[in-house]
Parts: sequence; structure tokens; C-alpha cells
Amino acid sequence: MSGEEETTEEARERNRHKIEAPHWDEAMVKRRRQRNVAIAWVLVALVVLFFVVTIAKLGGNIASRPL
Amino acid sequence: MSDTAFTDTEFADGSIASAQGGMGTAGDFFELLKPRVMSLVIFTALVGLVVAPGGINPVIGFTALLCIAVGAGASGALNMWYDADIDARMTRTRTRPIPSGRVTPQEAAVFGTVMAAGSVFVMGALVNWTAAALLAFTIFFYAVVYTMWLKRSTPQNIVIGGAAGAFPPMIAWAAVTGDVSLQSISLFLIIFMWTPPHFWALALCKSGDYEEVGVPMLPVVAGERETRRQIMLYSLLLVPVTLSPVALGFAGWLYAGVTTALGLIFLALAARLARTAPAADGDITARNKAAMRLFGFSILYLFLIFSLLLVEKMAGIAPVFS
Repeated sequence: MSGEEETTEEARERNRHKIEAPHWDEAMVKRRRQRNVAIAWVLVALVVLFFVVTIAKLGGNIASRPL
Repeated sequence: MSDTAFTDTEFADGSIASAQGGMGTAGDFFELLKPRVMSLVIFTALVGLVVAPGGINPVIGFTALLCIAVGAGASGALNMWYDADIDARMTRTRTRPIPSGRVTPQEAAVFGTVMAAGSVFVMGALVNWTAAALLAFTIFFYAVVYTMWLKRSTPQNIVIGGAAGAFPPMIAWAAVTGDVSLQSISLFLIIFMWTPPHFWALALCKSGDYEEVGVPMLPVVAGERETRRQIMLYSLLLVPVTLSPVALGFAGWLYAGVTTALGLIFLALAARLARTAPAADGDITARNKAAMRLFGFSILYLFLIFSLLLVEKMAGIAPVFS
């Protein structure tokens, strides 16, 4: 600040995010954690799927590749 | 956007629901995928996968089914996002995640879009791009053509929009063969012709809900007598279409016999509904009973028809014409 007095509007704007942000209670934190765990499992499953399909597509060619 | 932001959703009737982002559980997001609809999609796709000529590696087949299921679910989520305003006012749908405030419309839209793009990409990368293109078209057809355009503008909404539900066995077939054939189109046509009598039977009983929210379902726009007549007409078209797999050489005598018998029962129930007008005093009990009987049987009918194709293929029963 340049030393000028802040108006009410400016203060409200500066604190807007604090006013709108809701309080994260225990239940909300728990739900967010559950969602994060679910997303993690989906990502792990995708990695496994891509790996398994790659092996399936390569099939016997893995064994017969030139060294 | 912060995941903690409050979102106001203004519905068509002017009511405003305030939902807080980040409140939904993983189960709420799963509910957005319309798991009950998804189960029928998975089953019909499985039949397309097994019946298609040639074979597919089980792992790749499983991947194709997964992509079809997730793609169908994504269309369901986008449908719930767009229809949140009318869902909030219909008894059948008001407990869905968005109208009940558990998930914000923005969250549903992002979730549906990511799932749709993901399912199409994985289908293309791991199965083949023909199946991926069909899946992308199906999602577009359901979310845009049906939900955003037809549903609120024409009483033929369910006829044309029903195509979206008919594509899964065709996508699965393409996952195996890499192309679209007459045989896969016949599977598409069975579900396509089955959808109007199936859905209109339910819509007859729920027409009050649709009228209230301004969705031009056939019973609302053309009246109940015309709806009962259209159900009969589509049923008459449906029964020969269910025999097309026999003519196209991928169904045997068991399928031909049982499907004919089931078709006759379907026609009898449709005919009974066509004759059952509301009583003179406006009592709709008998009409509703006839409609719900047809609706209930139609689910069993489609399930049995596709099961027969599956059983014949697994048991090695030869087609009538080969």
C-alpha cells in the first residue's frame, strides 16, 4: 500500500476469497480424501491396463524377437 | 476455479439451488454414470463382441467393453449436467446428484467430458480407431443430438435419440472386426426399434411429469391414444427386425423359435395396451397396468433376445442360413 487509506470496497475485494471460501470440516476433508483415493486407483488401473494390453498385443513376438 | 467454490444453479422455473463444489463422494460421481443404463449397454456390447466373426484377445475385448461402458456413462453425466433444471422438477429424477446438490453442474460437465475423451482415446489406442470413432459419435449423438437438441424440441425425440442406445453392440462388433457390417447393423436395428415401444409405455404413465417440465414426449403432444397406436406400430416393425440375425446367417433355430414366441407375446401385450383406454371416469389404473406390463416385459424381451445369440454362439449352434 502506498500509505493511502484503503476503502471498504477495496478491503472487501482484497478479502473476497476469504469470504467465499467455505470452512472445510472433517466430513468434507474425508470426502476429498476418498475422491483422491478413487482417482489414484483409476490411474493405477489405467497404467496396468496399458501394460497388459501391450503384452497381449506383442504376444509371442516377445519371445521370438532378435537379440 | 477453486474446488471449494459455491455454485448457484438457476433452473428453468426460476428457482436457484446453491451447491458447494467438492462435496460429492466418489459414489455420487459414479451415480452420474447412470449405472443401471450402463449395465444394459455392457450386456448388449458383450453380445456384439462374442457374436462378431473372428475373435478378439480377452484382454483387448475387456478393454473394449470398459471403454464402451465408460463412454456410455460419460454421456449419462453430460445428460444429467444439461438436464439438471428439469431433473429437479420430476419425481423420478429429483434425487440425482446435481438436483440434490451433492455435485455441482460444473463438476458434472468436467467429469463427463474427461470420461468421454478418455474412453475414446483408450479405445483408439488399445483396440482400434473404427470402434473409437463409433464410440465418439455415440457420445456426441446422445449428449448433443438427443439431450441438447431433440429431447426438448420434438415428440420424435426418443425415436431418433434411441439410436444412441443402439450403437454399443455395433461398437463392440467393430472392436473385433474393425468395420461395420450388415450383421452389426441388424443388432443396432433391434435396439433401435425396441426403444420407442419400451420408452413410450413408461412415458404413458409418467406423462404428467414430462408435461410439467415442458418435454414434448409423445403422450404429452399427440395424446395417449396416438401413443398407444404408435407403440403397436413400432412393435409390429420390431418383431420382424428381431429375426434379421437369422436371415443374415448368424442365428440358429433356437434363436428363431424362441424369438418368434417372445415377439408374439410382445405383440399381444402391445395390442392389449392399444385397446386399454382410460376408463370413462378418467381412471387410468387399467391403462397404467397394461403399460407397465409391456414396459417390464420389454426389458426381459431384449435381454432374452441378446442372451439367445450369446448362448447359441457359446454352444456352437449352427446358423439357420450360413
